[in-house]
Amino acid sequence: MWDWNTAREGLPVVLHGFGITLLATVLGSVVAMVLGLLIAVLRRAPTRWVTVPVRIVVEFVRSTPVMIQLFAVWVLVPGLDPLTIGIAVLGIHYAMYTSEVYRAGIDAVPQGQWEAAVALSLPRGRVWRAVILPQAVRKVVPALGNYVISMFKETPFLSVITVQEMVHEANEYGSVHFAYLEAFTLAAAIFLVASYPTSMLMRRLEKRLAQ
Amino acid sequence: MLSDTDPKEETGPGGHTEAVDDALTNKGDALRNDSPANDSPVADMVRFDQVVKRFGDHTVLDQLDFGLRRGERVTLIGPSGSGKTTILRLLMTLERVTEGTIHVDGEPFSHMPGGRDGLVPANEKYLRERRRRIGMVFQQFNLFPNMKVLENVTEAPVHVLGLSRDEAAERGRELLDLVGLADKCDAHPTQLSGGQQQRVAIARALAMRPDILLLDEVTSALDPELVAGVLDVLRDIALSTDITMLCVTHEMGFARDVSDRVMMFDHGHVLEAGPPDQLFEAPEHTRTREFLSAVL
Repeated sequence: MWDWNTAREGLPVVLHGFGITLLATVLGSVVAMVLGLLIAVLRRAPTRWVTVPVRIVVEFVRSTPVMIQLFAVWVLVPGLDPLTIGIAVLGIHYAMYTSEVYRAGIDAVPQGQWEAAVALSLPRGRVWRAVILPQAVRKVVPALGNYVISMFKETPFLSVITVQEMVHEANEYGSVHFAYLEAFTLAAAIFLVASYPTSMLMRRLEKRLAQ
Repeated sequence: MLSDTDPKEETGPGGHTEAVDDALTNKGDALRNDSPANDSPVADMVRFDQVVKRFGDHTVLDQLDFGLRRGERVTLIGPSGSGKTTILRLLMTLERVTEGTIHVDGEPFSHMPGGRDGLVPANEKYLRERRRRIGMVFQQFNLFPNMKVLENVTEAPVHVLGLSRDEAAERGRELLDLVGLADKCDAHPTQLSGGQQQRVAIARALAMRPDILLLDEVTSALDPELVAGVLDVLRDIALSTDITMLCVTHEMGFARDVSDRVMMFDHGHVLEAGPPDQLFEAPEHTRTREFLSAVL
């Protein structure tokens, strides 16, 4: 049965794990945002020598479960800190999704913008940086935010490669004190408290950017 | 960056050799014989030779020969889909020719030197160098909505011509003043009316000091009461500069005021061409008469 004392004593342990969860989410998101953008731009490259390999990699990563990717890198690349592996794998995995989001945003920029940039002879890099991406990214900020929330909720996968994130810590505490109910309830509550306001914020942002 | 250009380079008489000009002029062009300035020693600045443009099975331009002299103002008229806009888009390198060649200032434009025949289709790098002297104003304005009005006008001078920000801003303010929008420098394009946006677009194109200005149905997307303001600005520019202008328009009054020559297009061919008085008052072709009576 539920025991308040156990819950109270378990809270600091679970919260410590939450710190790792947050760290993995933030750094993983940075990887996903930057790499996703790079992939989206590369998929628009003028040569197939770039676009085809990029598409193959994207399809491969998207079609395999993130947990298997975690295991694979953990086993195949020894000596790396599990948290680093976790951040890299989550970030790369989600970059495949964010690249699609960016791509939709880029496609939504009217053709006339490209043509105006050509008519002004702007160099290609400048067209991307100053004209296309600012407009494309603005359109997709909410969608990107939703992937951050989604990634946040998938960080428990990192426990399979021994990262001491929140669910890992809850599990440890639960098994030591025979208090799984309290430990996992705490973890779930923290997830809820953290993601619900964030998704509310995203929804408001979406409305504001749509104006 | 393309930094080898002198930003102060003014438009003016071309530095190309007369031999090249002569060679180009002598390529037969029946249309030029109709034009009033046929005896002028000034050779064509823009030359289309047997240009064909197809989109799939659809032939938009069919073996078009067409010339434009330096400083000349030419208006293209004709029904929708007759290929007028395609000529502008080919010159702006937004489209590539299917067959034939385009020369600008005696130098190959659609093609570049190379290959067995001496010319191969121009690559992006070559086009980037050439297109800098051509400016275009679009039907849909195509201002950059993420930049303020002044930034729209200074973007290319800074990043293409290599002007300092201050220099570009000064020139930008002058141009915005010219189009009557000096007080809108810090506005965002979305805060402007269509007519104002189009005037910014004109200032933006002029900021690159192009030799040739292409105007693609620049008033077609505007509410009727906004058309006059834009046309007035263009009339001013036509009167006060020697910029070469090629317009596609349905505004016959404007065509008459600014054009040295009007060309009537139909089905990818030039039906007839001549000075505006001649073409509007005494068109030779029935098709031209029909078209004019429909739009006037």
